[in-house]
Amino acid sequence: MIGTEVLVVGGGLAGSVASLSAAREGAQVTLVSKSESTLQQASGLVDVLGRVDGDLVADPFAAIENLADDHPYSVVGTDALRGGLALLDDVAGDRYRGGDRNALVPTTQGTVKPTLRYPASVAPGVAGDGRETLLVGISTDPDFDAKRAAESLDGTVPGDVRGVTVRFPRLRDDAKRTRYAKLLTEDDEFRDALVEKIAPKVDGADRVGFPAVFGEDPAFVRAELEERFDAAGEPVSVFEVPTGPPSIPGTRLRDLLRHELEAAGVELVTGVPVVDFEAEPAADGNDASELVTKVVVDRNGARVPYAPEQVVLATGGLVGEGIDSERDRVYEPIFDLHVPHPEDRYDWSAEGAFGDHAFARFGVRIDTDGRALDAGGAVAFENLRAAGAVVGGADTAAQKAASGVSLATGWRAGTRAATAVNQS
Amino acid sequence: MATTTEVLVIGGGSTGTGIARDLAMRGVDVTLVEQGNLTHGTTGRMHGLLHSGGRYAVADQASATECIEENRVLRDIAGHCVEMTGGLFVKRPEDTDEYFEEKLEGCRECGIPAEVLSAEEAREVEPYLAKDIDKAIEVPDGAVDPFRLVVANAVSAEEHGARIETHAEVVDLLTDGDEVTGARVEHDSGPGKREHGLPGETEDIHAEHVVNAAGAWSGQLGEMAGVDIEVRPSKGVMVVMNVRQVDTVVNRCKPKGDADIVVPHETTAILGTTDEEVEDPEDYPEEGWEVDHMIDELSELVPILSDARTIRSFWGVRPLYEPPDTGTTDPTDITRDFFLLDHADRDGIEGLTTVVGGKFTTYRMMAEDVTDHVCDLLDVRASCTTADEPLPGSEDLDRLESAMDDYGLRSPVARRSKERLGSYAPDVLGTDEPNPVLCQCEAVTRAEVQHAIGQAGTDLNAVRLRTRASMGNCQGGFCCHRVANELHPEYDAETADASFDELWQERWKGHRHALWGEQLSQAMLNHTLHATTWNRDGDDAYIDWDAFASPARAATDGGSHDRD
Repeated sequence: MIGTEVLVVGGGLAGSVASLSAAREGAQVTLVSKSESTLQQASGLVDVLGRVDGDLVADPFAAIENLADDHPYSVVGTDALRGGLALLDDVAGDRYRGGDRNALVPTTQGTVKPTLRYPASVAPGVAGDGRETLLVGISTDPDFDAKRAAESLDGTVPGDVRGVTVRFPRLRDDAKRTRYAKLLTEDDEFRDALVEKIAPKVDGADRVGFPAVFGEDPAFVRAELEERFDAAGEPVSVFEVPTGPPSIPGTRLRDLLRHELEAAGVELVTGVPVVDFEAEPAADGNDASELVTKVVVDRNGARVPYAPEQVVLATGGLVGEGIDSERDRVYEPIFDLHVPHPEDRYDWSAEGAFGDHAFARFGVRIDTDGRALDAGGAVAFENLRAAGAVVGGADTAAQKAASGVSLATGWRAGTRAATAVNQS
Repeated sequence: MATTTEVLVIGGGSTGTGIARDLAMRGVDVTLVEQGNLTHGTTGRMHGLLHSGGRYAVADQASATECIEENRVLRDIAGHCVEMTGGLFVKRPEDTDEYFEEKLEGCRECGIPAEVLSAEEAREVEPYLAKDIDKAIEVPDGAVDPFRLVVANAVSAEEHGARIETHAEVVDLLTDGDEVTGARVEHDSGPGKREHGLPGETEDIHAEHVVNAAGAWSGQLGEMAGVDIEVRPSKGVMVVMNVRQVDTVVNRCKPKGDADIVVPHETTAILGTTDEEVEDPEDYPEEGWEVDHMIDELSELVPILSDARTIRSFWGVRPLYEPPDTGTTDPTDITRDFFLLDHADRDGIEGLTTVVGGKFTTYRMMAEDVTDHVCDLLDVRASCTTADEPLPGSEDLDRLESAMDDYGLRSPVARRSKERLGSYAPDVLGTDEPNPVLCQCEAVTRAEVQHAIGQAGTDLNAVRLRTRASMGNCQGGFCCHRVANELHPEYDAETADASFDELWQERWKGHRHALWGEQLSQAMLNHTLHATTWNRDGDDAYIDWDAFASPARAATDGGSHDRD
């Protein structure tokens, strides 16, 4: 048995925040995850609350006050969100920007999206200030049609938006975004050739946006490109437009968190799915309550048991398979925690693609302390907390709130787990 | 607007396009109108089986004989639409030996090549067959892509001078006394290629003869002329799997019943089906138990189906017909034969012929009979050549196969693209422009999508039917936007958005029937991408910009820690 004070299961945003906040409270933390983080599928923006009942939200902290009582934000409280955000700001430093109000960031689909924290490389592109924008698409990248996105944005945002599509030199038709990133980061001649193609199209624009392919060090790539535009007589701010998967800003956020976890002394074990657990009645005499005493992971076919004092479940939602389903049931596969869902699976989704989907709210329920609840609303295990997308109760995709819920519930679970360890 | 044509064909399914092609090839001036996309009705909602005739070899030998004949014709003239997978009739221990022998005998009587395989031999062909099967009969069943076949018929008809109008609904038949003289048609967005946002238009099409090939809707058309055509629509469910769990058509060898066939189709396997009479061909229940029934029953033949991933389900409505007073109660007993209704003879109404019933596999033969009839009436002497003349895309396939290169594409993409495009491949794929893959699931490149847009305009569902883009595991989550991008700049951003949304909603409709396990995870991933990353789920026409943060205004923003 491997002893650990806090065992965090799952290495996405919520698991990372839970681990860091527990470690910062002095707990000894082990983070086990079954696979690489799914953060590289996310845009790298940190949304907190961007849409409620169909309307865009400018002030998420004000809007949170009006959410339903069973919304994860209402359950863990605004102070948990503030705590998680402060942790993120501390970790990200000047790599991320944003204040207390949402910014509207242009998307590759020509919409704007409300978000509270965004990479510094995205910041010059934030819409609303009226500056003229040129969007640059790559002819081999079918995800971002700069001209189509620009035409849509031009009809929505203050200031002109134009688009241009260029053929990046020396790239195969099926080149991955990481290939663009490598060339932009490492190859002077590539950057020269690229700016040479684009500069004649700038035509007085104040800023030039590229799909997010600026690699591991976007500040360097931006400076290099801006210097060349300057030299060509077209001084502009260069920025990134976040993309869907595979997302380079998402990968950067993953790496940033991973680096911070290592620096904080969190033990990281990847590629080990949890396959079993044991629980026993809690010693406090309340015969209904139980403690998780053992969590077993599979390491290359061998069962490795951990004996944690506190456990944080941050295994993700339906996408991360922290929540799973069969034709007639929805369940949490590790601890079999209660996942409320309609009985008939045709009630799991709505008729329209953007309807009010019950499946988007699937997840376990927690108390103010972050502890997972059973079907009767009682604490399932005294020392098991849940954080991130495994927590249900709200369609955080439609609300543009998933990252914020991960911050709030991760911070709550991590700090309370550490407190429990420190008290014992 | 008013136009004239010699023959007006109503219905853009296999029968209608087959008739239009045959008429055009005989030199007749023909216009075809279809209320939706080509294959909008039953043709687009079948399991993709190219019958050997084996299924009818006991109960309906006339149909079985026609099937094997047309099976051979389609292999010749439509090679790029057909995949000769072979088929098995599998006997489980609980199925009777008598029926197995009858099936074998029936196949032989109808000229359908049929070999008995032992259980071991059958599992060598299909390793995932259940361990406890007894034996099987091997027949030349195949898979056929109904969309590609119908599009090829329409293109061929157009090449021979026909006019094909989709999204053109017949709202009334034009009559003169006891004669039908044409139809009033409402174009959804102007005549010609579909373009979202164009205003609709009404057109009176005057014709010497009108052919009603509207399938499940032919009764409604009959009413417009005051004739009674009692179509008995019967629905069937089809469940689409994520991969080809089988590479051979697998049939259950029992007299009749539902959930008895698995057809490998392109990248998927399709489970079918049921047979249940419905009142209205456009409005009938689609229920989860039907999906469950397919999976549970067919798992007895192919056990891995029980835990496999389904990606969507769809329902089709067969336009079954039987002459008045036949009175069959069980729809499975209604004949699959087709009927040519000469309304002059039958009802005293000149100028109108209806074709009802029949099967997809024998569409060409039906079209030939109807065309013969119409040509008799019009005194046209030319004879039918549709059995010999390859369809566009299927010309010289053997020669092309050896001559074609890979057009700079990775080999699986090149192979799949060439299979779909047939003899169009050199023209479409031989481009100097960048040609990235847009749909990873189905290996569809930009060039192929552009080619389809050239035919279909802004109708991305019609592009989908031509290319299979968005028909794979992710159900378009990761490619619908890419396909929409290709509409721009020929069409403006608003049109591209509207087309995108129409395709996305159509994908969702069938996807909903598969939402558990991995496919529910997929739906959540799609939801996250479309709603979160792209914020496509709201209508943000008005934005109060001053309420939002802006880095350029950071200096006056007080609470912000923006540093730009």
